[in-house]
Amino acid sequence: MGSITLQKVSKVFGEAKVIPSIDLEINNGEFVVFVGPSGCGKSTLLRLIAGLEDVSGGHILIDGKDVTDAAPAERGLAMVFQSYALYPHMSVRNNIAFPLKMAKLDKAIIDKKVTDAARVLNLTDYLERRPSQLSGGQRQRVAIGRAIVREPSAFLFDEPLSNLDAALRGTMRLEISDLHHQLKTTMVYVTHDQVEAMTMADKIVVLNRGNIEQVGSPLELYKSPRNLFVAGFIGSPHMNFVNGAYAQSKSAKTAGIRPEHLNLSKDSGLWTGTVKVAEHLGADTFLHLDVDGIGPITARVGGEFGAQYGDRVYLTPDEAKLHRFDDKGIALKA
Amino acid sequence: MARNVTTRHKITATVAAWIVALIIFFPILYTIITSIKTEPEAIAGFSLWPSGTFENYITVQTQRDYLKPFMNSVILSVGSTILALIIAIPSAWAMAFSPTKRTKDILMWMLSTKMMPAVAVLVPIYLLFRDFGLLDSRIGLTVMLTLINLPIVVWMLYTYFREIPGEILEAARMDGAGLWQEIVYVLTPMAVPGIASTLLLNIILAWNESFWTIRLSTTNAAPLTAFIASFSSPQGLFWAKLSAASTMAIAPILILGWFSQKQLVRGLTFGAVK
Repeated sequence: MGSITLQKVSKVFGEAKVIPSIDLEINNGEFVVFVGPSGCGKSTLLRLIAGLEDVSGGHILIDGKDVTDAAPAERGLAMVFQSYALYPHMSVRNNIAFPLKMAKLDKAIIDKKVTDAARVLNLTDYLERRPSQLSGGQRQRVAIGRAIVREPSAFLFDEPLSNLDAALRGTMRLEISDLHHQLKTTMVYVTHDQVEAMTMADKIVVLNRGNIEQVGSPLELYKSPRNLFVAGFIGSPHMNFVNGAYAQSKSAKTAGIRPEHLNLSKDSGLWTGTVKVAEHLGADTFLHLDVDGIGPITARVGGEFGAQYGDRVYLTPDEAKLHRFDDKGIALKA
Repeated sequence: MARNVTTRHKITATVAAWIVALIIFFPILYTIITSIKTEPEAIAGFSLWPSGTFENYITVQTQRDYLKPFMNSVILSVGSTILALIIAIPSAWAMAFSPTKRTKDILMWMLSTKMMPAVAVLVPIYLLFRDFGLLDSRIGLTVMLTLINLPIVVWMLYTYFREIPGEILEAARMDGAGLWQEIVYVLTPMAVPGIASTLLLNIILAWNESFWTIRLSTTNAAPLTAFIASFSSPQGLFWAKLSAASTMAIAPILILGWFSQKQLVRGLTFGAVK
């Protein structure tokens, strides 16, 4: 079991109200990602759940039990830190065994659990090494191993992949997703990387300045962002926002068009623009355009669409996939 | 080509390092050389070729017993270091792991006491020692050495403790370690290298301290610093004997330093956890 409930949770550091008031329900077995720009309070929220910070107000419930005043160890959660936080003076084996030793388990049981975890995480050959003798990815796996042996009711991940290079990040993303499918344990994952959020989450919580902007599945957030912030944050490259006459013609203050929802042509279209930068990724090309009367627009086209700096191209937004926002930045229903 | 350049680089760097090391070591080397000269040789002028006599050592040992000041040096330096660590570990700990607004000010204030010339407080300290009957006592000197080195000990430990990443302690807390287990299994092993190098450095500092040890002791508590000083007597300078006494005084600490150089350096670089 591992459901987590936040009731009017707030956190104040001195004068700064980092988290004004948050209500959130995390169901058992869910993979929930907290995402937002740096300083949005996502890590603080995770640390509040972990018990590493005390709440300033509100309640935290784990499996229906109020743990607001419980010590971190009493909450039955395991955490993986950004810096891995391995014990540098212990071997990999002892690092993984540490929580079991603290729980005063039998030596035979500890050995078995450590061996099992090492096999799952491909660490069997490294058990006698020190963390300093491992690569970044291996260290991250040791940190995960230390978390899984405890069989916690939920895992907390604090930006676990941000110290890894891009290739390894992709691999570890898959490994963590795979682990979630195997263990079926609740996972709460904090990241500023919306790609990680989109690819791993069952449920994304978008945070901004300590407030929840929107909660939903990755595709819900992509298809129907509730406001300008979510619309701009989810999706890569970012959504284009168009104000002025075009938006007014759609009876909105701002119109939002994703780069992939623009039809480009070299012959005709609604708008005309000049290519400023063309990023050729192979399958796709991102064109950064200066559109006459509108301004900078990013468009995503197929790799076969040849365009160079200075080319004139025509654009037509896909009206069926248009997002409309009112003067407060709130999405208007279609 | 590239290989040649790096080899030449290495040779230049090695030669330069040896020259610098020799310049730094030369006074000690010359003291040792002078100690195996005869007295007329020693005052004759600069010479690197002694006659190789050990007469001075025998004279020094028969004139004044070496063992007593040596034992005093050991007791004073080790005693004051342990006392300083007992006081400094908890205070540095508190400042590193739960700092307040005033922590930096307190640290600066402690360091500022080291900037004061010691002679400025000679009279009040002397009078205090006299009134408390601490003159020429090992206890008095141990306390004095503890006090004068305490700021450095606190500072060194503070910087070591600061390098222990807070996330590791939080990880231990998440893993179910109580406060005591956290201290025994996680904090202490990570802090030991820092404590060890602080201990070694402080023993060396206490061993070499001469201002207070010479002024506050006469015979009973006099350590090796006073032993050396006693050879620069009003009857005239005996360079060779003075050098022999100096060599005997610095030899133990030189040997300790040589064997612990790894720990001394290791303590300064430990903490590379990421």
